[in-house]
Amino acid sequence: MRTEIRVNGVDHAVDVDTRTSLLDFLREQLDLKGSKKGCDHGQCGACTVLVNGVRINACLSLAVMHDGDEVTTIEGLASGEALHPLQQAFLTEDAFQCGYCTPGQICSAVGLMAEIAAGHPSDATADLNAKVILTDAEIRERMSGNICRCSAYPQILAAVRRAAGAAA
Amino acid sequence: MSTVRDWAVPNPITENRSGLIGKPVDRYEGRLKVTGTAPYAFEVETPSTPLYGHIVSATIARGRITAIDLSQAASAPGVVLAWSHLDVPVQAQRGAKLNPRSQRGSNPALGSDRVEHYGQSIAFILADTPENARSAEARIRISYEASDADLDFGSFIDSAGPVPGEEDARIGDFEAGYSASEVTVDATWFSPLQNHAQMEPCATTAWWEGDKVVVHTSIQMVKGGQHALAETLGIPSDRVRLLTRYIGGGFGGKGQSYDDLTLAALAARESGRPVRVAYTRRQMFQATVHRPAVQMRVRLGADGTGRLNAMALEAVTHCARNSTFVEHAAEFARNLYAAPHRLTGHRLVRLDIPHAGAMRAPGEAPGMLSLECAMDELADRLGMDPIALRIRNEPEVDPDNAKPFSIRQLVRCMQEGAQQFGWDRRNPTPGAVRDGRWYVGMGMATAIRGNFLLPAKAGLRLTGDGLATLTQGMTDIGTGTYTILAQITGETLGLPLDQVRVELGDSDMPPAPGSGGQFGAATAGSAAFETGMVMRRRLAELATSDPRSPLYGEDPVLMDFANGNIVLGNRSESLAALASRAGPEGVYVEGSISPAADARDWSQHTYGAQFAEVGVDSVTGEVRLRRMFGVFAAGRILNAKLAKSQITGGMIWGVGAALTESNAVDPRYGSFLNQDLGGYLAPVHADIVNLDAVLLDEADDKANPMGIKGVGELGICGSGAAIANAVYNACGVRLRDYPLTPDKVLAALEAKGL
Amino acid sequence: MKPFAFERARNVDHALSLAAAAPGARFLAGGTNLLDLMKLEIEQPDTLIDVGRLPLADISETAGGGLRIGALATNTLVASDPRVRSRYPVLARAILSGSCVQLRNKASMGGNLMQRTRCAYFMDPAMPCNKRLPGSGCSAMGGLSQAIALFGASEFCVAVSASDMSVALAVLDAEVETVRADGSVRRRPVETLHRLPGDAPQVDTDLAPDELILAVELPPPPSGGQVWRKVRARASYVGALASIAVAGDRVALGAVAARPWRARATEAALAGGASPREAAEAELVSASGADGRKSLVRRLATDAIQESRKGGRS
Repeated sequence: MRTEIRVNGVDHAVDVDTRTSLLDFLREQLDLKGSKKGCDHGQCGACTVLVNGVRINACLSLAVMHDGDEVTTIEGLASGEALHPLQQAFLTEDAFQCGYCTPGQICSAVGLMAEIAAGHPSDATADLNAKVILTDAEIRERMSGNICRCSAYPQILAAVRRAAGAAA
Repeated sequence: MSTVRDWAVPNPITENRSGLIGKPVDRYEGRLKVTGTAPYAFEVETPSTPLYGHIVSATIARGRITAIDLSQAASAPGVVLAWSHLDVPVQAQRGAKLNPRSQRGSNPALGSDRVEHYGQSIAFILADTPENARSAEARIRISYEASDADLDFGSFIDSAGPVPGEEDARIGDFEAGYSASEVTVDATWFSPLQNHAQMEPCATTAWWEGDKVVVHTSIQMVKGGQHALAETLGIPSDRVRLLTRYIGGGFGGKGQSYDDLTLAALAARESGRPVRVAYTRRQMFQATVHRPAVQMRVRLGADGTGRLNAMALEAVTHCARNSTFVEHAAEFARNLYAAPHRLTGHRLVRLDIPHAGAMRAPGEAPGMLSLECAMDELADRLGMDPIALRIRNEPEVDPDNAKPFSIRQLVRCMQEGAQQFGWDRRNPTPGAVRDGRWYVGMGMATAIRGNFLLPAKAGLRLTGDGLATLTQGMTDIGTGTYTILAQITGETLGLPLDQVRVELGDSDMPPAPGSGGQFGAATAGSAAFETGMVMRRRLAELATSDPRSPLYGEDPVLMDFANGNIVLGNRSESLAALASRAGPEGVYVEGSISPAADARDWSQHTYGAQFAEVGVDSVTGEVRLRRMFGVFAAGRILNAKLAKSQITGGMIWGVGAALTESNAVDPRYGSFLNQDLGGYLAPVHADIVNLDAVLLDEADDKANPMGIKGVGELGICGSGAAIANAVYNACGVRLRDYPLTPDKVLAALEAKGL
Repeated sequence: MKPFAFERARNVDHALSLAAAAPGARFLAGGTNLLDLMKLEIEQPDTLIDVGRLPLADISETAGGGLRIGALATNTLVASDPRVRSRYPVLARAILSGSCVQLRNKASMGGNLMQRTRCAYFMDPAMPCNKRLPGSGCSAMGGLSQAIALFGASEFCVAVSASDMSVALAVLDAEVETVRADGSVRRRPVETLHRLPGDAPQVDTDLAPDELILAVELPPPPSGGQVWRKVRARASYVGALASIAVAGDRVALGAVAARPWRARATEAALAGGASPREAAEAELVSASGADGRKSLVRRLATDAIQESRKGGRS
């Protein structure tokens, strides 16, 4: 089915199998293999990408659902040689080991920053009517859709905190 | 053969003049990983457009396939071929070895009509797209004849048999010692079946170059995978090139190859095209190895002062019917505490379920969940502090074999941990501390895990551009192998890190045993170090024998290496210049490490102390971590940052083992209850609160020339026991059936009238 | 995944006419549950009608002082809306305790209501399951799963609802508005949208195949404290072992039945002056199943009602 989709700033007009997930489309057709397939069922977060600036699981979406959308993957975060602040923070804090969940973690953290800026609450928000502040508990809860089996959670927390501090 | 005395001589690593050893440098391959450009096995570039394979899994526990019709699947859109046991190409019989020196025998896929466990591969579909390959499965018609299967571990525990070739370890007279003890503990713990749940499912990309197959696969052991595939295909191993450069988690579960490797290679040969095959998440649960369940009975007998008189740990576990794997859950207990009368041993049940296998810290991980809680119970009964009880039973020499310890800083780990954690603030009375509706408690446990050195080789090339490239058939499963090998090579040759390259995961490279058993860093690293030393000698000879060198005519043994130069006094020459003169290929050497002949004259382990504070919801029985801290001693640390990541990662595995992780076999079907990451609960970020660790300064000169030891598995050891002990301290409930899920905690609270 | 036709609905009428013309079609919004099940071939629609871009995402005030939430408002949008947060905190908290941000960013109001059970035996196509394959049996009975209904189960099915959000909607007396291809619009309490299994557990809701959820309407919030509590085996990103929503003198339980379970007996007991504990007990009189599950619900309900009387939680 004809689908027009912009990925990391590049327009693509393609015919895709209606069954093709956004994840498989990115990986197998656009050769953007940074987004990972950990479970293919929305239970790990390794496929997290940003669609129109919002983080979603690319495995639980069909490519044909994204006609006209703008997708950003891990490959689209750095500016040339300069890493995105979150990529640099993950590197500095050693916020990964095997690296397989990492692109999803980083895309997820990029989405998290936008959600904080927009004032979205989370399960960890103490008062739903107060301004949302990026506490450690907020970061942990909001990053809980990204499983890291190597269990780099303390370092992921530090990386998000570092990048958030730099942005503030 | 070498002796450990050779290792006590100062060397570039122990002298650490440029300070690369221990330095918390960023991960060598980190940039590739944070930009999503590290190619994992399924993602490597192929010489032409690939095809996609999909494996079809059995839905009975045991029996045979009486009929299988693939015709509809084979004619489905895009399908290139479909195989069952009837038409899969010929493979060698299971276990066969053409080459007696192969590390692994043949491991055929779709080898017969027999089904040996639920989820076993029974058919394979190759198609032009992943969607077409997968959807063709629904067109397959299969009939089975099911036979009786032994599936329920619990119902066979009492009839468990001895482990072939193993005897119980008995020292003294346990029964007499136990019955003569003033204070005793006798209790039974259960650790459930657990899954590795690596984030990257097993995957292979394969293609043929003439009569040689190239396979990129996700595996921890390069040679094991290469040999298994060669034997399965019935070809010499030099016709299999296996690559495994980036691995999305292993934890022991990828210590062997699976059917993705075999079927990708076969399908690539048959189709003449590159083929990609990955396991689904469900297949990762049903068709790869798991940690088996273990039942552990612990008996402790002590005098009134807490001195242990008798200690027994008897473990019952399971493996697949045709397997020999044993989860040695009692073994660690042999080396931990002094007690004159001792009994440890294992019993085994064979089941018709997927293979049990190694999972991070096999043995210790479940084993310490029993003994370290039994010690807590004993301390409670004695009215003693749990740390004081352990110090009272700290042995002078290894209690199993009377060998001296190479170094043992267990007591220091406990004492420093207690101080930094604030153990003195623990109220020993259970249930005494509340925070709103939460009971709050603290617990501790020790950690012990063996240290190993295996034979390994490495290659090292110095080129005219001044770069040193280390090559090794080793793997980095996230442990940091790339990084530490670069640090070792840089320090050994006096080269800055930006002049060192590391290439791993290729069967064409000098072999190393791979990643597992926490032996990787010591083994691969020692080989890299020795290879660096060979290079130093070669370069010294080259310089001192070459009239064009300012060092010509000098004694090669006097040469020093620093800042990219070979140096003697105020004369020096750059390594780049030396390598340039040697020819266009530069200088290449190989080196190797072997265990010292006398290394096992010492008891060698890594140690630690784990501290946890938990909250127990008094209403619901939910247990949540509030903070956790560990102190560990594991030899010289090569990279402070990466080693800590390994350690805290292990501790978090212990949190999962204590609180959330378990699987169970449905005895009606042979399937696992949890077949996805929504059901099998590895910890998520919100579960891990305020968790930290420190590593003590240490060097173990009996371990290897660098005095380093492994850190990959130590962190999980005792971690879960500290949490279980904290749960007891919080609410007075002793739960011995892991994980401590809300339903069990709540039932126990109610039983106490809480 | 079985091949299927994909239609992009241009407007509501277009979506409805597509549905009427294609039996075996399913509406697709966020897709987070439907696509998951299609990958497992538990769902096998011939046609997907993508309604994801229809203008049904608004949240607006109603004349009666409540809120109307469009069926396509994402879970994130609803939980972040200041009106929902201040007036219906029980709903915001229920949504925020469900799943993870990535899924809530995609999952819609209507889709959440339509999500199917996550019973382990329903999710494995190789197992007997009357909900998935009518007549094949129920393997959850006598199985290992603890997610067994306490209320409203039948001899054919003991599965529980996986939706946290709908428990809060039930306690708020929310209504679901739907439209069919013939133009008929229907409203019913969210409580009755979902069916109990009876002898047809394969039918989850009272919706006709061509019936599309347009909106959920919340009446003004009841006076009194609102409380949401979810008991779970890990701290986040996991389904409830049991949950409870309290709003004023109303109580609804989650993960204990095939639909969000309004605890009417509890409410009646409270109205009659019973203590929270007695009121919790009143509901359990009609419960079947394991004692441990009943204990959990008793303790949870007692505590949550007490909390609501202290003013609840914003």
